[in-house]
Amino acid sequence: MRLVILDDYDLSSEWAAKYIRNKIIQFQPSADRCFTLGLPTGSTPYGCYQKLIEYYRNGDISFKYVKTFNMDEYVGLPRAHPESYHSYMWNNFFKHIDIDPANAHILDGNVDDLEAECQAFEQQITKAGGIELFVGGIGPDGHIAFNEPGSSLVSRTRVKTLAKDTIVANARFFGNDLSKVPTMALTVGVGTVMAAKEVMILITGAHKAFALYKAIEEGVNHMWTVSAFQQHPRTIFVCDEDATLELRVKTVKYFKGLMHVHNKLVDPVLSIKDQ
Amino acid sequence: MPSNKSVSDAPITQFINCRILREHKLQREDLWVRGGRILDPEKLFFDEQGYADECVDCEGSIITPGFIDVQINGGYGVDFSQASDDVSGGVSIVAKKILEHGVTSFCPTLVTSPPAVYHKVLPQVKVHSGGRHGAGVLGVHLEGPFISVEKKGAHPERFLRSFQGGGVVDLMETYGGLDDVAMVTLAPELAGSESVVRALCQRGVTVSLGHSVANLSQAEDAVSSGASFITHLFNAMLPFHHRDPGIVGLLTSDRVPAGRTVFYGMIADGIHTNPAALRIAHRAHPSGLVLVTDAIAAMGLPPGSHTLGQQVIEIQGLHAYVAGTKTLSGSIATMDMCVRHFKQASGCSVEEALEAASLHPAQLLGLSHKKGTLDYGSDADLTLLDDDLNVRATYISGEEVWRKDP
Repeated sequence: MRLVILDDYDLSSEWAAKYIRNKIIQFQPSADRCFTLGLPTGSTPYGCYQKLIEYYRNGDISFKYVKTFNMDEYVGLPRAHPESYHSYMWNNFFKHIDIDPANAHILDGNVDDLEAECQAFEQQITKAGGIELFVGGIGPDGHIAFNEPGSSLVSRTRVKTLAKDTIVANARFFGNDLSKVPTMALTVGVGTVMAAKEVMILITGAHKAFALYKAIEEGVNHMWTVSAFQQHPRTIFVCDEDATLELRVKTVKYFKGLMHVHNKLVDPVLSIKDQ
Repeated sequence: MPSNKSVSDAPITQFINCRILREHKLQREDLWVRGGRILDPEKLFFDEQGYADECVDCEGSIITPGFIDVQINGGYGVDFSQASDDVSGGVSIVAKKILEHGVTSFCPTLVTSPPAVYHKVLPQVKVHSGGRHGAGVLGVHLEGPFISVEKKGAHPERFLRSFQGGGVVDLMETYGGLDDVAMVTLAPELAGSESVVRALCQRGVTVSLGHSVANLSQAEDAVSSGASFITHLFNAMLPFHHRDPGIVGLLTSDRVPAGRTVFYGMIADGIHTNPAALRIAHRAHPSGLVLVTDAIAAMGLPPGSHTLGQQVIEIQGLHAYVAGTKTLSGSIATMDMCVRHFKQASGCSVEEALEAASLHPAQLLGLSHKKGTLDYGSDADLTLLDDDLNVRATYISGEEVWRKDP
């Protein structure tokens, strides 16, 4: 794996956004060949989305030929609810950029046949040629998407019941009323993300530090599902200083020493204006 | 980009680089319009996978719901109370010109007149939508003749009436009919007014109290019967008194039925109401304030002397005097001037100033589900303003109907 450590949240958001930008531009997407991007929600990727929007506004990048696949969505929450992941993606990303609505895929948690919805989502990914880059986050309990502790590390898109930790962590978005938080969600599986060509996990904040430690310094374990990516050929963890607080000093020093190598991935930062 | 619209073929316009008035705040958001109505872009994106056909760059403008003037007697030499042969032509001239002031809907107002005038004029003024031809007519505002002789103001005394024949009968006799009437101003202390107020409210006509010597109790009775507006607060009514606040006391009355609001018109031209009085009213009851121009035929005419009907009027700046005197003959401020003056005099926020000219009059007329807001589904009547609240462009049903020359 690459462990990219930046000083703070803003710098790590910027690094991640530059990386995504470079990957898309290098791919040279076109009408016949879209760049497929897996996307997360939550407070961690917010800064990254802001930077990507800035790059779009500056004319340095276009999302016209980018297909997106979000990781998850709540079950039973109306799509127009301000806390639905559809609302999050619309307000924080889609409405600010030039993505084709037909290319933005998010699981629908309000259909009658949830199983069929999950299977259709997997098929859409296959039809799009697989995911080039899957961007994700990590929960305080080490989960990726809604793959709660105990999820199979080869799982695919399915319905999951949320763990208590997750419900508590999400309560702040529902007026701190636990009874209002959805209890089920549709989520891509660990296996679905593992099938992507490349995986980038964003982890910021001291409250995620223990999860990061479990994910990269301990073994592969279905109780900390992000640990599965130790077995992926191309994983990047992008984090800030605070997220490294539970790691060994030796690990942090090693990867910080590699920053000059990591930075070659984002410097020079490409622009479609140069093409 | 070609759009994929499974719901409608109408073109979609996206207003960008703007700040819109929504949920009582100015927000940096794009505004989407389709089929003359405000569109929900999130639904468009997810349900229809559609997007804009056309982008309008607002260059940082503020977008407010179009202004609504519920009291305007004429302008540009046109007097709505004149029984000319081409009343609708006169209304059209004013309707077209007030687009420049950001007004997208209005109520042509008739002052106290003899029945013959009402019978001739009213059938010629119909409720109709606005467009390139001019602002929309929401209905006529009949100010009088059932008003108090002591507070007639500039209304001709000989045409004042009372409810002799039993209320509604007098209405029909005087006006000839109530189709296309949006509002009636009357004095509630007149005997028999209660049944009239109820009958008008039942027909969906807004009842306003004005040109009256009613005390607070009489005014409150009228509100209980359905009255919901006060015509040009402070003018042509008893002054506020601490033991009987009169009609002004409605602003803080505890007898207003639950769930109802008493609105009040203010002429914020800096002349008809002292700014301190404006501030007292605003602070006492901010959500009821409705800006009106109460403009007369001289509005819009250049400075100098003009003959209007039987009178010669002299225009000096924002003052219109009876020629050779210092007697004010009416208001000639435009709606956008009133909005700017109201904001400056009251110190209120931009949002409050804009809502006083859009949301509140729409609420007063019971039209806020489709006018006076930028909520999804509302009519796309828009006014684009710069930061000083000068009008840059006006849109009706999503179509540009006026733009300021650069």
